Amino acid sequence: MSSTAASWLQVALLVAALVAVHKPLGDWMARVFTTDPAPQPPKWPFWWRGGGGHWRVERLVYRAVGVDADSEQRWPVYLRSVLAFSLVSVLFLYLLQRVQQWLPLDNGMAGVEPGSAWNTAISFVTNTNWQGYSGESTMGHLVQMAGLAVQNFVSAGVGIAVAIALVRGFARSGTDRLGNFWVDVTRAITRLLLPLATLAAVVLVLGGVVQNLSSGTDATTLAGATQFLPGGPVASQEAIKELGTNGGGFYNANSAHPFEGPSAWVSLFQVFLLLVIPFSLPRTFGRMVGDRRQGLAIVGVMAGLATASLALTSWAQARAGGAALQLAGAATEGQEVRFGGPLSALFGTATTLTSTGAVNSMHDSYTPTGGMLVLANMMLGEVAPGGVGSGLYGMLVLAVVAVFVAGLMVGRTPEYLGKKLGRREMTLASLYVLVTPVLVLTGTAVAVATDTGLSSLLNSGSHGLSEVLYAFTSASNNNGSAFAGLSANTPFYNTALGLAMAFGRFLPIVLVVALAGRLAAQGRAPVTAGTLPTHQPLFVGLLGAVVLVVVGLTYFPALALGPLAEALA
Amino acid sequence: MTAALDRRPVSAAPTEPRPRAAIEWGPALAGAVRKLDPRGLVRQPVVFVVWVGSVFSTVLAITDPSVFGWLIAGWLWLTVLFANAAEAVAEGRGKAQADTLRKARQTTVAYLLDGSEVPAADLRPGMRVVVVAGQVIPGDGDVVEGIASVDESAITGESAPVIRESGGDRSAVTGGTTVLSDRIVVEITSKPGETFVDRMIALVEGASRQRTPNEIALNILLSSLTIVFLIVVITLQPLAIYSGAEQSLTTLIALVVCLIPTTIGALLSAIGIAGMDRLVQRNVLAMSGRAVEAAGDVNTLLLDKTGTITLGNRQASEFVAVGAASEAEVADAAQLASLADETPEGRSIVVLAKERYGLRGRELDSAVFVPFTAQTRMSGVDLPDGRQLRKGAAGAVLAWVRAQDGPVPPEVGDVVDGISAAGGTPLLLAVAHGGSARVLGVIHLKDVVKEGMAERFAELRRMGIRTVMITGDNERTARAIAAEAGIDDVLAEATPEDKLALIQREQSGGRLVAMTGDGTNDAPALAQADVGVAMNTGTTAAKEAGNMVDLDSDPTKLIEIVEIGKQLLITRGSLTTFSIANDLAKYFAILPAMFAGVFPGLDALNVMRLSSPESAILSAVVFNALIIVALVPLALRGVKYRPASASAMLRRNLLLYGVGGVVLPFVGIKIIDLLVSLIPGIA
Repeated sequence: MSSTAASWLQVALLVAALVAVHKPLGDWMARVFTTDPAPQPPKWPFWWRGGGGHWRVERLVYRAVGVDADSEQRWPVYLRSVLAFSLVSVLFLYLLQRVQQWLPLDNGMAGVEPGSAWNTAISFVTNTNWQGYSGESTMGHLVQMAGLAVQNFVSAGVGIAVAIALVRGFARSGTDRLGNFWVDVTRAITRLLLPLATLAAVVLVLGGVVQNLSSGTDATTLAGATQFLPGGPVASQEAIKELGTNGGGFYNANSAHPFEGPSAWVSLFQVFLLLVIPFSLPRTFGRMVGDRRQGLAIVGVMAGLATASLALTSWAQARAGGAALQLAGAATEGQEVRFGGPLSALFGTATTLTSTGAVNSMHDSYTPTGGMLVLANMMLGEVAPGGVGSGLYGMLVLAVVAVFVAGLMVGRTPEYLGKKLGRREMTLASLYVLVTPVLVLTGTAVAVATDTGLSSLLNSGSHGLSEVLYAFTSASNNNGSAFAGLSANTPFYNTALGLAMAFGRFLPIVLVVALAGRLAAQGRAPVTAGTLPTHQPLFVGLLGAVVLVVVGLTYFPALALGPLAEALA
Repeated sequence: MTAALDRRPVSAAPTEPRPRAAIEWGPALAGAVRKLDPRGLVRQPVVFVVWVGSVFSTVLAITDPSVFGWLIAGWLWLTVLFANAAEAVAEGRGKAQADTLRKARQTTVAYLLDGSEVPAADLRPGMRVVVVAGQVIPGDGDVVEGIASVDESAITGESAPVIRESGGDRSAVTGGTTVLSDRIVVEITSKPGETFVDRMIALVEGASRQRTPNEIALNILLSSLTIVFLIVVITLQPLAIYSGAEQSLTTLIALVVCLIPTTIGALLSAIGIAGMDRLVQRNVLAMSGRAVEAAGDVNTLLLDKTGTITLGNRQASEFVAVGAASEAEVADAAQLASLADETPEGRSIVVLAKERYGLRGRELDSAVFVPFTAQTRMSGVDLPDGRQLRKGAAGAVLAWVRAQDGPVPPEVGDVVDGISAAGGTPLLLAVAHGGSARVLGVIHLKDVVKEGMAERFAELRRMGIRTVMITGDNERTARAIAAEAGIDDVLAEATPEDKLALIQREQSGGRLVAMTGDGTNDAPALAQADVGVAMNTGTTAAKEAGNMVDLDSDPTKLIEIVEIGKQLLITRGSLTTFSIANDLAKYFAILPAMFAGVFPGLDALNVMRLSSPESAILSAVVFNALIIVALVPLALRGVKYRPASASAMLRRNLLLYGVGGVVLPFVGIKIIDLLVSLIPGIA
């Protein structure tokens, strides 16, 4: 089989798997987050049993947190719960890293430096998983399992909960209740992430990903040299790393490491894992608002943007310049030969489109155009399909903006799913759109305008600018992948990127939950022939265009000086 | 001012808006200069940012003079001026009407009941004044005594006088109108300075203009875009310095102004004012812009049957002979009985006789016309040859025939019932001659649906608007007319309470309701409706309750009001799309101009092949300013609106203003560049 055919085949396989899974998974999530009728838990095993629609294990959690799981929250309370939970998570994770040397399973690691610990704590709680450190030489097994892996689950759960709150805003009318955050986040973990991650981990172990508590072994290489091979609970963390669009690798080399991504099919499976929930959530949205076509339209926009990006990146990578590269078939620098060019491009595209940030190849080594595309993927605001939860709520907010302008053009006060988009709604949506560009551009500008910022650059010129731009884009959009070439474990970058991650995650969440509250309180306008249809191809195209225009207009100048200048040089 | 002379236009065709003079740019520019005060501009964030940019670029041009610097500064000031002028032009259009109205307000003296004089400005609600023929009514109020004909042309532009009388639904008078005959006593209902005329003046001048909810929401989106672009340009400088391509402040200001949505920002308030003005041109006064916007959102239209859907009066549609009479005989008798009958029904009988039976009008010397009275419920004529012809309600005519021992053919009952069942009104025709009377036949009167109404209702349905006919008729009659006119639903035998209940029911389903009304008992429903259009002939209570007043008192206008509301929103949306779409071309003009010096590869972005960096930037700025002027007529007129489904409208407007907005500036900037590059020091 030619490599071109193989690359088509793996994309086809991936698409087929996503199409097959998104219906049952989307429907299941809709059931999980719709209180009545309560999904009846299976009778086995004993700790699942419980009354009133709650599983027993969930009741334990609610009792431990001290919440009444059967009462719903108003939006300010829901929001406070999200923020309080996240703050506690940051503090806990920070502390755990600082004191790991005194705890069991420290694996001989020292306590993490304050700057790095703060950055990492924020990074994992915000679902960014930017790693300024090198995993195998910094984090002991306890931090990896009880700290990082736990955050991989709960930060994904928070994203899903916020998205569900917004969906409820659209689905409900005339109520000030958005649901219960503690129930949402707990169910996201118990009924969705844990079962799926367990299944995925088993598959990964079968595929050769390591899973042990060994502190590592010394091996003798073929050349006779001695090499230290660190081991650890990799598969269990790897599963949720992809499934929760986290991306923080056990090893510094992330999914390019042979213990994290041993073979091509495992790598493809990882791509599937990181795409599966974000691509299924629109189905959940459609189910919950009672019109599956609306979900289909949203997933259509996501898929359209993703397909275009993948096609462009693959093309850019395959036509890499230079006789030697052309002879080899494509750009090969920074790529694992066991994956090959097409799978590297696929992984790179998927990981930047989903706020995952895991990598199986080094984006810094991509062709300038390829590098620009993975950068632009993140600049889309992580909406195609975006992170778990955050992708859906991001796209829905953009849909609100698109509906506002398009709705005016059909001569009515704009309304989306029967909800009027007035002053308050537009204030919240406008601010949402404002947040990430401000963070990315301000961060980049400050970094290149200060000596401290510039001193971390390993490259000069356009490529150096791309590296800084990439770092702030990745942090502000909670992606977490790195362009490398930037020594980011410095006080300046740890602080600045930490702030970018925190604001980039929580400001939008504040706005989204407030928007959800506004929408839920509204009544519902009836659909007539005069209503802007939001399920037709025309709207899908329009929303895609709005996403591209917003991103294009915001980042064009910065891209022009960075990767574009490099590409056109 | 011209206005339709007929109070109830027969045709359903849209009323012709008053003709408008061409845009007067002279006074507008003077107004634009006055509006340069930044305190007023803060309300328009986009224009304010341009103003700040103009100030900065002027300072830069003074401290570091160059042809480029001065040209940029000049064109930025022009951009602000053009934006102000757009608003001034829109406001100027209301001025002429306001001046006419002010003349109407010139009354100075009012006469109280005891004959004493008080200045009109001292009138308070509750005071009673006497107005006699030739005097101007000093303030808004209700007639509490007497009846008079009143010339309301000062307000409505309508020259035919109207009758105002105490009690009932025609008691409201407006300050500034003139009593032509008789004497009335008016109880004042408004405070000085808050009369109807005062409010009208404020409205047409745009002085009391409140920004509407949708306008505010759009302004927020535009402000947020402005902030994004400010950040984009402010952060661009450090990136440019890093890249070794530091930009002059003038260039950066030019970039900001080109990127922020100046086009829509400049035209936004003009669009709002022009929307109100379009209503004024059609003799409709909206008490708030909110109501105009709501009109675009209306889901349900409540339309009165009479005058809106059907002609004001019933018309004869056929003559049915009964007994021994022939149809021609019935037609002949019906015509004779109606020749002197000046009621619309009577005239329609004459018309039918002429059209269908070729009977011409005849002179009836010494015939005695018997007019309709409430007692006899019949009218007719006594001819010189002794024949007595009578037409009227079936019961009354039958009684008249029976009283003279005349025979009643058995089929009369069937014919009468049949006509009633079909929604018509049967008029019985009988003759008495030489002491014997007999029934000749039945005249079928029916409601005639106005021409073109069915098409308009079909249009409304395509726009997603449901129509409900309100009538006092019984359900069966109402349904028959509704089916003929293509109305979606009827409210038959409607009482004011029924109307109110219907509106509340619709609203509870999230629908917006529009209705017209004129009577005091319509007031609760008018107040409840999202768009309540009161007829100017109506009572003060109705006018107070509604949020619009139609000076022509033409209920059909509700449909036009809805269209104007939609057009207002469409214009905003289309120009916003256009404005944002323009940015693409501006990037392609300015970015290579800024950075191609350091990164020659970026010259590939200079797809327009503009002649020099200075020329490219200047051309973008000039285009940005000129496009405002070019779009002022569109903003004032509103984008073309054709009733269609939402998807069809979206497709059309996206193509026109979205795709057009991307393409046009490429062409425009290129053309301007060809001219600008001729300026020495720029090329």
